[in-house]
Amino acid sequence: MTPITPAHYLVLSAALFSIGLIGVLVRRNLIVIFMSIELMLNAVNINLVAFSQQWQHVVGQVFALFVVAVAAAEAAIGLGIILAFYRNKETVNVDEITLMRW
Amino acid sequence: MDNLQAIMPMLIVTLAAAATMLAESFRLKDERMPLGGLGLIGLVGAAAASILLWNRNTTSFGVVQSDNFALFINFVLVAVGILTILLSSQVIDREELPAGEYYSLVLFSIAGMMLMAAATDLLLIFLALEVMSLAVYVLTGIRRTDAAGTEAAFKYFLLGAFSSAFFLYGVAFTYAIVHSTRLEAVALAVAGRSDVSGPLTWLAVGLLLVGFAFKVSAVPFHMWTPDAYEGAPTVVTGFMSTGVKAAAFAAFVRVFLSSFEPLRGEWVTVLSWIAVATMVVGTVVGVAQSNVKRMLAYSSIAHAGYLLVGIIAGNASGKSAILFYLLAYALTNVGAFGVTALLATRERPRGDLADFAGLWHSRPVMAALMTIFLLSLGGFPPTAGFVAKWYVFGAAVQEQLYGLAIIGVLTSVVSVFYYLRIVVLMYMTDSRAEYEPPRLTATGLATLGVAAATVFYLGVLPARVIELATRSIDTIF
Repeated sequence: MTPITPAHYLVLSAALFSIGLIGVLVRRNLIVIFMSIELMLNAVNINLVAFSQQWQHVVGQVFALFVVAVAAAEAAIGLGIILAFYRNKETVNVDEITLMRW
Repeated sequence: MDNLQAIMPMLIVTLAAAATMLAESFRLKDERMPLGGLGLIGLVGAAAASILLWNRNTTSFGVVQSDNFALFINFVLVAVGILTILLSSQVIDREELPAGEYYSLVLFSIAGMMLMAAATDLLLIFLALEVMSLAVYVLTGIRRTDAAGTEAAFKYFLLGAFSSAFFLYGVAFTYAIVHSTRLEAVALAVAGRSDVSGPLTWLAVGLLLVGFAFKVSAVPFHMWTPDAYEGAPTVVTGFMSTGVKAAAFAAFVRVFLSSFEPLRGEWVTVLSWIAVATMVVGTVVGVAQSNVKRMLAYSSIAHAGYLLVGIIAGNASGKSAILFYLLAYALTNVGAFGVTALLATRERPRGDLADFAGLWHSRPVMAALMTIFLLSLGGFPPTAGFVAKWYVFGAAVQEQLYGLAIIGVLTSVVSVFYYLRIVVLMYMTDSRAEYEPPRLTATGLATLGVAAATVFYLGVLPARVIELATRSIDTIF
């Protein structure tokens, strides 16, 4: 079995980041878009932890913990905003966000 | 205790925010409390702390550096905060916004902005960015029952979180190359090693650039700006178009002109194209708007382009020009949005261009104030906007960036068209009978008057402030 190198982690996190990115761009449901953004943040975490492991250096792991905390705060505010939006429009579909166009 | 010196300004603002929040929770129903006053005290305290720290170049915890650069930004932010709070009281009453939440969110985001300007570690810059942004997302949607407001908050939130992910990915790659997130370590590593210009470095610099470009609303990452600015309550728009921009540009300058300066050759071309696109799109699309807030949003995109020219020039005069520009732009834009906010009524909250028709006949003082702010945005002498543009383009010419300077001047000329359109509308058309704009209150008049006077002062006698700005950039490099 080949050992797992930093390159593997890099590819994994790049794949996860791309899945999140594509999700944000093509999905139409606000909640799913929001989940895709969380996916991107977690891709970053994999990257940070992998390099923290490789350099035997704790900064990356601490950073990852901060990212998790910030993502939680973001989720609280994001879901709050989605809820407020839903109360006004009765929908969570991006295609129906049409009040303001360029 | 030594360690706390450099974070004193943010600490004071944070305490004021916490006090406001507590006061609100102990407030009896229908009891009136001067919550904004608490905020003002905090901001004045932060300004005093910043004055005491001036020239001391203190560092806290190794990652917060209150050098003159950060302190200058602190003064800009305090000015923005005080003007915003003074203008807000009337709007809060009119739209029945939750006062305690409103003021504490404004203060928390100012604390985040100050931290962002002073942070010298990418981790801390990220945290400060989030403290600032999360508060501003909520402020954007603080009118919970307003469909446009929640829609704006939502768009702003989604794209903001999206851009944070890019920024973070860039930080992760920087960490991978440099083994540290400290800016000085990044600078050392990038300057000292020849092997750093691999694909990982490209990714790191590129992703950080995208993250910052989103926050300063540079084209093509500006899509959220007009919607967020239009949907938010107008005073909040004034606040976020100036405060967020000042903080984001401060961190932008710190990261790109101190840490990534050795890699300049790799990012300067991309940034030049972004700056050109930002100036052109901000100006051209702005001409087509029929809503004042949307028009000012595009104007703020164009101004981000002019500021980027200062970063691209990258020399000492460019950096001090950025600081002066941020101050001039902050006062002017808070003023312009302030007039728009005070003109709005419950029935007409959106700031249509038509609401300004004949304003000179019904509310001459407001029309005069708006004219001053618009002329400054357009860069007419003798206003602050003119001097700011003069210095930014001057810095570009010094570096032989003639193309950028010419595009900057040309777009400024075109932008005058849409600023003057409002002026013409105010003075040369008849007011419409069915719309009676509200009267200017004493506070509103005093606040906007001071802002307008400062805009004139900076336009006529800029030397002292320019000198302050020049001395502020000594310490970051």
